[in-house]
Amino acid sequence: METLLNITIYLPLLGVLAILLAKSDEAIKWIALAITSLTFAISLPLIFNFDVASSDVAQYVTESGPLVFGLDIKYIVGLDGLSLLLFMLTTFFGPIVVLSAWTSVKKHVAGFFAMLMLLQTGSLGVFASLDLVVFYVFFELTLIPMYFLIGIWGGADRIQATIKFFLYTLVGSLIMLVALVYVGYNAGNVLNDGVFLTDWRMLSSMDYQLGLVEQTWLFLAFSLAFFIKVPLFPFHTWLPYAHTEAPTAGSVVLAAIMLKMGTYGLIRFCLPMFPNAMMEFAPIIAFLSVIGIVYGALVAMVQKDVKKLVAYSSVSHLGFVVLGLFALNTIGVQGAIIQMINHGLSTGALFLIVGMIYDRRHTRQIEDFGGITSVMPIFAVFFMLATFASIGLPGLNGFVGEFLILMGAFTSESIGNIWFAIVATTGVILAAIYMLWMFQRVMFGPVIKEENKLLKDLNAREIGLLIPVMIFIIWIGIRPTHFTQYSEHQVEVLLEEAATKRASILEASNPSELPAWANRLYDITPNYAELSGEDTNE
Amino acid sequence: MELINDLLLFLPAAVVAAGGLTVMMLDGYKAKSRTIYSTTMIFLGIALVISFYDLLTQTPELIFSDMAGAGGTAAFGTFIVVFGTFFTVILTHDYLIGIKHNFPQVYPLLMFCTFGMIVLATANDLVTIFIGLETMSVCLYALAGIIRDKRLGVESALKYFVMGAFSTGFFIYGITLLYGATGSTSLPVIGAYTDGGLIYWGGVSLLLVAFMFKVSAVPFHMWTPDVYTGSPTTITAYMSTAGKTASFVALVLVLDRAMPFITAELTTVFTVIALLTMILGNAVAMVQDNVKRMLAYSSIAHVGYLFVGLAAGSIAGYSAVLFYLLAYTFMNVGAFGVVAYYEKNHDVHFNNVESYAGLGYQRPIMGVLLSIFLFSLAGIPISAGFNAKYLVFSAGIESGLIALVVVGVLASAASAYYYLRVMVYLYFREAKESVTLMEPKRVYSYSLVFLALLTLYFGVVPAGVTEMIYGYFSESALTAVSP
Repeated sequence: METLLNITIYLPLLGVLAILLAKSDEAIKWIALAITSLTFAISLPLIFNFDVASSDVAQYVTESGPLVFGLDIKYIVGLDGLSLLLFMLTTFFGPIVVLSAWTSVKKHVAGFFAMLMLLQTGSLGVFASLDLVVFYVFFELTLIPMYFLIGIWGGADRIQATIKFFLYTLVGSLIMLVALVYVGYNAGNVLNDGVFLTDWRMLSSMDYQLGLVEQTWLFLAFSLAFFIKVPLFPFHTWLPYAHTEAPTAGSVVLAAIMLKMGTYGLIRFCLPMFPNAMMEFAPIIAFLSVIGIVYGALVAMVQKDVKKLVAYSSVSHLGFVVLGLFALNTIGVQGAIIQMINHGLSTGALFLIVGMIYDRRHTRQIEDFGGITSVMPIFAVFFMLATFASIGLPGLNGFVGEFLILMGAFTSESIGNIWFAIVATTGVILAAIYMLWMFQRVMFGPVIKEENKLLKDLNAREIGLLIPVMIFIIWIGIRPTHFTQYSEHQVEVLLEEAATKRASILEASNPSELPAWANRLYDITPNYAELSGEDTNE
Repeated sequence: MELINDLLLFLPAAVVAAGGLTVMMLDGYKAKSRTIYSTTMIFLGIALVISFYDLLTQTPELIFSDMAGAGGTAAFGTFIVVFGTFFTVILTHDYLIGIKHNFPQVYPLLMFCTFGMIVLATANDLVTIFIGLETMSVCLYALAGIIRDKRLGVESALKYFVMGAFSTGFFIYGITLLYGATGSTSLPVIGAYTDGGLIYWGGVSLLLVAFMFKVSAVPFHMWTPDVYTGSPTTITAYMSTAGKTASFVALVLVLDRAMPFITAELTTVFTVIALLTMILGNAVAMVQDNVKRMLAYSSIAHVGYLFVGLAAGSIAGYSAVLFYLLAYTFMNVGAFGVVAYYEKNHDVHFNNVESYAGLGYQRPIMGVLLSIFLFSLAGIPISAGFNAKYLVFSAGIESGLIALVVVGVLASAASAYYYLRVMVYLYFREAKESVTLMEPKRVYSYSLVFLALLTLYFGVVPAGVTEMIYGYFSESALTAVSP
C-alpha cells in the first residue's frame, strides 16, 4: 500500500517524460488522459482500504532516512483523515481536467499537458507529505506549473496576473519557511537532542508545546502563507485576476485543489502546533472571513464576466471554510473539511461549464448571452445543478458543508459571538441572489443575439467529464456521512488534544515572564487555573 | 622527500600550473587554436579527476611548512574551482569562436588564474592567501579585457584593475598590522591571539574590507556590475563562480581559523553587510533590462545571502556557505552559458531582455535549461539553489538572527521577480521578428545539460555532500589542522 501511494504521487511525473517524448499532439492528449486515469485508478484502493476507526493515525506511511546531514528532514508521506479526501479529490480531477482541455488548447500542447502533470504531482505531494519541509517543497513546486499555465495559455492580461499570483504566494510561503525552520530547531531542542526535526507526527503530539509568545509569531507567519493561498480577505486580490486570466483547466485546478492547500495547511499545521494562538486569534479571523463572505458575494453580484463572478464567489465560499475551521469545534471543523471538497466539486464544475461556453462563443460577458436554455438544453441541466450546488440548495453537497459550518459558528466558543454566524448566513442568501440572477440572464429569456442561436449542445466528451462531478455533488448532498466518516474521528482527537495542550501551555506560562501584550492577548490573570478549566470544558 | 609528498597532496594545482606553462609555450610556437584548446582540456581534465579523487580520499593536513593545507575545505575549494574552470573553458572556446575573438592567450591566463584560486582556497597563511589572490587577480584583469578592440572590454579591465589594486593595498596593510599585533602570519597563530588592541582590530578590519572588495559585498561592490557586463560573458561566469568561490573559501578559512574568538563582534558587522548587500543587489537587479547586468547584480545579492551564513558564525553557517558556493557554481555557470549562447549568435546588444521574446520555443532545450538555472537562482525547490538558501537561512535562524533572515527571504522573494521576468520574455511574449539561433555544439549543450542535472540532483539529495562539508569543520578536523 505504501508503494501504491508513492506510485500515485509520482506517476504523473513519469507522464511528463512520456509527454515530452511523444510525437504528435493527439498522442500527447491520450497519454495525459491515460496517465491521469491510471493515477485515479491506483489511488482508489487507498480509500477502500483506509482504516476509518483509526483515521487520526497516518496510514500507508513511507519514511526515509535524513535527507540533509545533521538535520532530521525526512521524506515522510502518508494519508490520514484530514488529507485522504483532498488527495482523492486531486486524483479525481486529473482526468477531468485533461478532458476539459482536449480541444481548447491549441499552442504548445506538449508543454500544457506536461505542466498539468507536474501540477498533479505537486498537489498530491502537498496533501500526502507529513514532514514540514517536504510539505513546503511540494507547496512551492505547485507554483511553477501554475505560473506557466497562466502565463502561456492564459487570456489577454495573463502576464501581470501570473506574476502577481506567483509573487503573492511566494512572499507568504517564504515567511512561512522562516517560521518553519524556527519550529524545526525548537522542536529539535525539545524532542530530538538538538537535532532539527520537522516530522508532523512529533510536532503535533502532546510532547511538543510552544510558549505563548513564540506561538503568536509563528502562528502569524504560518497563517499568512495559508491566508494568502485560501485567500482570506484582505489577501484575496490576486485571485480574481489569476482565475479570470487562467485557461479553463488552470482555473479548475486552482479552484478545486490549490486553494484548498491554504485551508488544509491551517488545520494540519496551525491547529496542533499553535492551539492557543488559534483560539485567541479566532475572533479576528472570523471577522475577516465574514467580511470575505459578504464582500465576495457583493462583488460577485455586480460582475459582468461570468468567470470573474465565479472567482469572487470562491472568495465568499472559502470565507465559510475558514469560519468553520476557526469555530474550533467538531461540527464546524467537520463542516469546513467537507466544504473544501464541496467547493472543489461545485466551483470546479462551474469553471468547466464556463470554459465550455467560452470555447463556443469566445466571450464570457453575461450580456452576450440570454436564452441559452432553449439552444443547449443538456448544458442547461448541468449548469443548473452546479449553480444550485454552489448556492447550497438542500439535497446537494453545498448545503451540507455550509449548514455544518454555520452550526459550528453559532455554538463556537472560540469565536464567542453569534453575530458572526448571523452575518455569515446572509452570505448564503446573497449567493442565491448572484448565482440565480446570473443564471437567469445567461440561460433564460429570449435569444437576443444572432450568434447564440447556432450554439451546439454539449458533446459526449463534455457530458462524460461533467457526469462524475455531478454524481458526487448529489451523493454528498444525500449521504454526507459516507464522506464525513473519514475525518470524523481525527477531528475529534485533534480538537481534544489541542484543548488539552492549550490548557497545559497556559498553566505552564508564567504571566510575569511574558510581555504585556501577550498577557492581554491570552488573558492571563493571576487566576489562570480557572481559565484553563474553562478551556478544557470546551 | 617531504617536498615531493607535499607536491603530491598539491597535485591539482601543480597540474594546472604545468598545463598553463605548456599551453603558453604552445602559443609561443604558433600552435593552432584547436591544439591549444585540446591541451588545456586535457590538463584540466586530469586536474579535475585528481581533485575529485582528493575530495573523496584526503584527510586534512598541512603542507609546505604549514603555509597551505590539503584535504577538507582545501580539497573542496580546489574541486569547485577546477570544476568551474573546466566548464568555463568548454563554454569560452565556443563563445569566443562565435564572436570571432578567439585569442589563444585566454587559455594560459585561465590556467594561471585557476592556479591562483587553488592556492587561495588551500591557504593556511596570510602570505599564501596574498599570493593566491594576486595571481588570480592579475590574470582576471587581463581576462576581463581580453577583447581588446572593444571599448567596453577595455573599460571593464581598467576599472577592475584600479579597484583591485586598491583592495590589494588594504589587504597587505591588514596583513602588516596583524603581523605587528600577533607576531605571525599563520592563520592558527593569529587565531590564538586574544588580547585585542587597536593594531589588531585595525588589521582585522582592513583584511575584511579587502575580502569584501574581492567578493563584491556592499558597499565595496561598485566595480562588479561594470566589470561583469563588460567582460566576455563566459569569463563573467568564471569570475562570479570560481573566483568568488576561491575568495569565499579563503574568507571562511580566515574566519574559522584566524578569528574564532571574535565571531560575536563579527556577527554584527556581517549582519549589516548582509542586509545592505541583499537589499541593494536585489533592488537594483530588478530594474535592469540587460540580462548580463541583471545577473551581475543578482550575484551581488547572492553574496548577501552568503554573508547571512558568515554572520551565523557557526559550523552550520560555514558549511552552508560552502554548499551554497557549490550550488551557485552549477547554476551560475549554467545561466551565463545560456546567455552566452544567445549572445554569440548576435552581438552584445542582444543581451537586452526584450531580445529574448519567444526564444524559449525556438531552441526548447536551451529555454528549459535557462529556466531551470533561473528557478534555482531564485531559490525555488527542487533545486540546489533552494537547498543552499535553506541551509544558509536555517543556520541564521539557529544563531538567532531571525530579523536578518526575514529580510533575506523577503529579498529572495523580490528576486523571483527579475528572474521570472526573463522567463516571461522567453515563453510568454511572441517573438517580434524572426531571430535565427544556430544549433549549439554538442559538447556545449551537453555541458549545460550536465550542470542542470547537477542542479536538480543537489536539489533532491543534498545529504551526502552536506555531510562531507560538515565534517570539515567538526572538532577532529580542526584539531588535526591547528598545530
